[in-house]
Amino acid sequence: MPPVVEARALTKRFGSFTAVDAIDVEVARGESFGFLGPNGAGKTSAMRMIGAVSPVTEGHLRVLGQDPELHGADIRARLGVVSQEDALDQELTVAENLAIYGRYFDLPRSVIRERIDELLEFVQLSERRSSRVDPLSGGMKRRVVIARSLINDPEVVLLDEPTTGLDPQARHVLWDRLFRLKQRGITLLLTTHYMDEAEQLCDRLVVMDAGRIVAEGAPSALIATHATREVVELRLGPDADEQAAVTVLEGTGHRLEALPDRILVYADDGDALVREVHARGLDPMAVLIRRATLEDVFLRLTGRALVD
Amino acid sequence: MATPIALRVLEGHARAYRHTWRGTTIGAVVTPVLFLAAMGLGLGQLVDARDTGALGELSYLAWLTPGLLAASAMQAGAADGTFPVLAGTRWVKTYHTAVASPVRPRDLHLGNLLWAAIRVSVIGLVFVTVAAAFGAVPWQRGLLALGPAVLTGLAFCAALSAGVVLLRSDQFLAGLNRFVVVPLFLFSGTFFPVEQLPPAAGAVARVLPLWHGVELTRALALGTAPSLPWPVHLGVVLALLVGGIVAGARTFDRRLRP
Repeated sequence: MPPVVEARALTKRFGSFTAVDAIDVEVARGESFGFLGPNGAGKTSAMRMIGAVSPVTEGHLRVLGQDPELHGADIRARLGVVSQEDALDQELTVAENLAIYGRYFDLPRSVIRERIDELLEFVQLSERRSSRVDPLSGGMKRRVVIARSLINDPEVVLLDEPTTGLDPQARHVLWDRLFRLKQRGITLLLTTHYMDEAEQLCDRLVVMDAGRIVAEGAPSALIATHATREVVELRLGPDADEQAAVTVLEGTGHRLEALPDRILVYADDGDALVREVHARGLDPMAVLIRRATLEDVFLRLTGRALVD
Repeated sequence: MATPIALRVLEGHARAYRHTWRGTTIGAVVTPVLFLAAMGLGLGQLVDARDTGALGELSYLAWLTPGLLAASAMQAGAADGTFPVLAGTRWVKTYHTAVASPVRPRDLHLGNLLWAAIRVSVIGLVFVTVAAAFGAVPWQRGLLALGPAVLTGLAFCAALSAGVVLLRSDQFLAGLNRFVVVPLFLFSGTFFPVEQLPPAAGAVARVLPLWHGVELTRALALGTAPSLPWPVHLGVVLALLVGGIVAGARTFDRRLRP
């Protein structure tokens, strides 16, 4: 069976602006694959080409073994798409929103009715079947969008920033549902600028910056390669001389990263490092020892934070 | 056999309409009827009392009715070429979701146009029925006149949606109504013959597509000959319709498949 996505030197340009700059991506069936990067990194443009809604400017792209240029409608019939915007008709009921979308795939009405029952149960909104969309919470609307994306029983689901703007509890409910989809063997492709989301959901991901892929691998492998086990965050206080502190800290840990409000020191043993910091006569206002995350990987690779 | 995709889009419009018909249709039906009563019956008495001969033997009501039919169809078509398209691209963004399915941008354009055909026909039919009850037009002639009126509405729907789909803000909306729809409604031979306009303005009115639609509608409603040979009038209206469909296929694609 062909891979779900096979992209070589895939490029998207808008006029003179290059949104996606010759990326290579391959996604296998059943895999959960992520595009991680800040806003404007080219994640959405890449997804839209894969979703066969945006023409490829240059390069090679096959989705489910087919060329989106020639077989766009066939590809789209086998995909589910969760876009950044809910795009739900607020005046219609939950079920009507799903039914209208189901008809776009030319599904028989009886099939649509059955699927709506199943899908609303899956996203835990059965009792809202006949409610208007308008009064639902943001998290519930997102779940309706997930249900809508599954109406055609897709092999692959594309999710563009699926939990942006949701509160933590709603995000966890959503992640749980997406994880179940993955367990059913559905291939998930998602973009996110949340490293916790990427760590939760992705088997493998690419880190994107300014249209290019700057790293690729499993979240844990990326952290192991590009960061240390632990990170010590030192907050010096508003009046402290950060430059002087960096000089004092020179040689502690594997690496230092001086941010505007704090200094990050990468080390395998955080406690030992904190003792060393104090031994050198530095007395930060606050000290936090934490595990390294994809955020640290991104910082290491690009010199910038993921979310600003 | 697969359902043609534009028909699937049409079905979506019909389903959504169950919730929105009050707001969108009542105004479209009631407004022209109010115009008919106020202008045709009220103002018409004054006009007929001071017979100037400009309308020949006709009562003002009989002369006005087909003009109002065509102009109201234009207004309804213009609304259908504007609001659903802006909802799809900007307000609700359902068009962006639709094109992630097998639906193509041009199917959204055609589906909307088909829906407008149904809506404008229904609005026109109600108007003709009321006008016939007023004695403003014989029922059968009114039905005949519905054809060119609906065609005129669709031509405006197609042409406007082809442009509106590209809009990135709503600023244009108020201007569209004030500077395009209302002047057309007033000066295209709807309420008075374009011969009454100053010669230069009259020449402009004769180029505008609504005047051609009004001429066809009036000719069928009154059983008279239009100002120009009917193929000319029909050609202008059809050119707007076909031009709107062809241009829309391009502009919808440009906007929704960037």
